[in-house]
Amino acid sequence: MLASFDDTVEALLTIQRAMDARKQSDWMARGTTGFGSYPPINIFQQGHDFVAVVELPGVAKGDLEIEAKDDTIRISGKKIVHYDEGASTHRRERLSGLFDRTIVMPVHIDPDGIKAEYHNGVLALFVPRAESDKPRTIKIK
Amino acid sequence: MSQELPVQQKREVEKKQESTIPSRAFLPATDIFETDLALTVVLEMPGVSKESVDVSVENDMVRIEGRIDFAKYEGLQPVYTEYNIGHYVRSFQISNQIDQGAIKAEIEDGVMKLVLPKAAKAKPRRITVN
Repeated sequence: MLASFDDTVEALLTIQRAMDARKQSDWMARGTTGFGSYPPINIFQQGHDFVAVVELPGVAKGDLEIEAKDDTIRISGKKIVHYDEGASTHRRERLSGLFDRTIVMPVHIDPDGIKAEYHNGVLALFVPRAESDKPRTIKIK
Repeated sequence: MSQELPVQQKREVEKKQESTIPSRAFLPATDIFETDLALTVVLEMPGVSKESVDVSVENDMVRIEGRIDFAKYEGLQPVYTEYNIGHYVRSFQISNQIDQGAIKAEIEDGVMKLVLPKAAKAKPRRITVN
């Protein structure tokens, strides 16, 4: 139990260290909506496949649209912030509006095999690498 | 509504003391508004489920703590990162005119709504002029 707790903390620290060490990478370089667009995206590798994690707090599942074609994935939608009628505002930090962002994967992916999960305002896209793109082991005769 | 949504950088919590685990905590983006009946606090805490949020009221301070589940990131190797992750912590001073026993909280799509009803004596009274 304790070992698994250490592992999860380690998982967090790995992400935080990656964030600190982030340098220009090939990712998003060819996209029109590169770094600095909403929503911010983290991409992880899991074996041969990829997982894209996107924070979209306050975006209803029905207001979110995901499309995939070839090696690109498009995430678009709207975020609505409600205010009660007749309420006086003391603090307003939450932003609302439209968003539209495209991720260009640097590898060939299987667009039909993408799975999306949306829980607690976090979207996780499980992106499988195309079968043709997976490395092959070459046997020596 | 046609406005394009800009990216909001996460603000890190400024700690008064160091924690034993060098993990980070962030300040959730918050809206606060007030009606005659209640003070409403809305906090954005993506990744926080209703089981992992704590709301405590002590000495006229309301403290909201949301924990994310790191276990989901186990075995994942970051290849491209744009945002940091961590728990969420934020405290607000509230007046003693809040009925502290009647505070209600709900969470949906990573957004928590905290309704702090005003105590009966704090509600405005309409005075009619004869």
